[in-house]
Amino acid sequence: MTNAKHSSPSILDHSLHWRWAVPLLIALAALPLIAVALGGDFYITLASRILIFALAATSLNFILGFGGMVSFGHAAFIGLGAYTVAIAMQEGMVNAWIAWPLAMVVSGVFALVIGAISLRTQGVYFIMITLAFAQMLYFLVVSLKAYGGDDGLSMAGRSFVAPGLDLARDRDFYYVTLALVSASVWGVARLLNARFGHTLQAIRENEVRMIAIGFPVYRFKLVAFTLAGALAGLAGALMANLGGFVSPSLMQWSQSGMLMIMVILGGVGYLYGGLLGAVFFLLLEELLSHYTIHWQLGLGAVLLLVVLVAPNGLASLVARKKGAAHG
Amino acid sequence: MDPILLLEQAFNGLQFGLMLFLLAAGLTLVFGIMDMINLAHGSLYMVGAYLIAAITAATGSYWWGLCFGVLGAAVFGALLEVSILRHFYQRDHLSQVLGTFAILMMCNEGVRLIWGAQPVPLSTPDSLAGPVELFPGFFYSSFSLFIIGVGLLVALLMYLLITRTRLGMQIRAGAANREMAMAMGVNVQRLFTAVFAVGAALCGIAGGMLGPILAVQVGMGESILIVAFVVIVIGGIGSIRGAFLGALIVGVMDTAGRTFMPMLFAHLMSPEAAANAAPAVASILIYLLMATVLFFKPRGLFPTHG
Repeated sequence: MTNAKHSSPSILDHSLHWRWAVPLLIALAALPLIAVALGGDFYITLASRILIFALAATSLNFILGFGGMVSFGHAAFIGLGAYTVAIAMQEGMVNAWIAWPLAMVVSGVFALVIGAISLRTQGVYFIMITLAFAQMLYFLVVSLKAYGGDDGLSMAGRSFVAPGLDLARDRDFYYVTLALVSASVWGVARLLNARFGHTLQAIRENEVRMIAIGFPVYRFKLVAFTLAGALAGLAGALMANLGGFVSPSLMQWSQSGMLMIMVILGGVGYLYGGLLGAVFFLLLEELLSHYTIHWQLGLGAVLLLVVLVAPNGLASLVARKKGAAHG
Repeated sequence: MDPILLLEQAFNGLQFGLMLFLLAAGLTLVFGIMDMINLAHGSLYMVGAYLIAAITAATGSYWWGLCFGVLGAAVFGALLEVSILRHFYQRDHLSQVLGTFAILMMCNEGVRLIWGAQPVPLSTPDSLAGPVELFPGFFYSSFSLFIIGVGLLVALLMYLLITRTRLGMQIRAGAANREMAMAMGVNVQRLFTAVFAVGAALCGIAGGMLGPILAVQVGMGESILIVAFVVIVIGGIGSIRGAFLGALIVGVMDTAGRTFMPMLFAHLMSPEAAANAAPAVASILIYLLMATVLFFKPRGLFPTHG
């Protein structure tokens, strides 16, 4: 479950690698121009969607890959964030500066409570208890008839960010998303390279030893779990805005599973793991569904191939090459 | 409270619980012996149900369908183990999740490719179509009684297999201490394949029993897979006894919750609020049960290893 053996210089080094990050950011910033040239806002929306999932997967990777906490209920926090924004809008709160942080707080608080209980268990039991809480929240939302229940809740429009910036325009929405996702990934990188992140990874490597030398392990894990929940809440807030619609299916266990698939695919415990996984998974899905309605057959085959060929995810392939170049 | 209703719900709970046991038994053995998370277990259930529906349609007889469908499911399970799943035993849990999820996707799509996206019809055999009068005033579906009978019979056979046969001894040894069992010369590879085939056959039986009641459709395996996972976690991973008792507890509790929650809530609040809240609370019950059990007994009710 850990990645102690890959060949990067230090397993605690999770820097952004500006050499890659800057060109990547420039490319992402230029993407709407390219998309328009290729003929369509469709690609901008797709890119926004991929970025949002990248954020969600990164937040899961933060606790799963770096904290060793295999949470099978991460979609619940995304759904909570999405519902917070949608309900706030229904009640007349369209200002993103209030609604989005509120979404993060709501998801964070739920993550705090759920984490406080779940973190008493370990291993497979932790997987199952986080799933249990997510399912409870799912059925709770289904029963919220005042806010659509089963049918979901349509939003009047997208949130308001600033005058002159209209989220209803796909390009504006994309840039806001890009800014938030970049800032989040940067923040996660900062956290991972700080004392907090190093402690978290040490706990992942050997929890008993960390307890023995006096670290408040439970508290560290709980803080990480809460932070990840809040970030997932932000992803949910963006997701609600992207689709203009929220429904309980956002919180279904299969959504949690898909996020986990993205993380494993991209690389558990690699800074860019969540991003890579989301890009690969969603692009492949998009591509295959153009050719055949039975695209899941192809997607499944590719996933199977990846897990057999690259046991530590796609990011490990890059890291291995880099390590070879160094060595 | 109406005693007839109570009895009927007890039977329904028993029926659902026994079917859950069929699914949970294979799942917990694979989990307990090979330490493998198999998300594709529900796919065996789905494939079994489709095979049974297809053979029933072809031969016109539910019994032939059940017979060969279960056999087909067992063969499918064994083939899956030999060709793909075998490569995942030595891998970590996360790789297993990804790998078996990929298989699940492919099974779903494969079934859709062969049988189409619409649910496939599978009805109860004519001989078991009507209700029977168990005692004066109490009628119960004969097919449901048949399911209960088959479930109990299979549970008994499983018990005999596990406690009385050489294969069962090896399975128990494997579940209790895999390394030691391997060191003592158990033919691990054959054992694993056998466990898979047995697990798949059990899934097939459950598919054939529940198919006519629920629906034979793509994705039917997933929702019930989660419940089966809940069952084995409550029972204690690797324990057949735990799976059996866990399945009965979950089956009865779920059934009772769906029937009695609305009644209870109707007393407590307005009819409208009750109609909204009761189904949600009923669905939550088993997860609440699991969380509670894990909170007090973090290794389930009947843990296998010390």
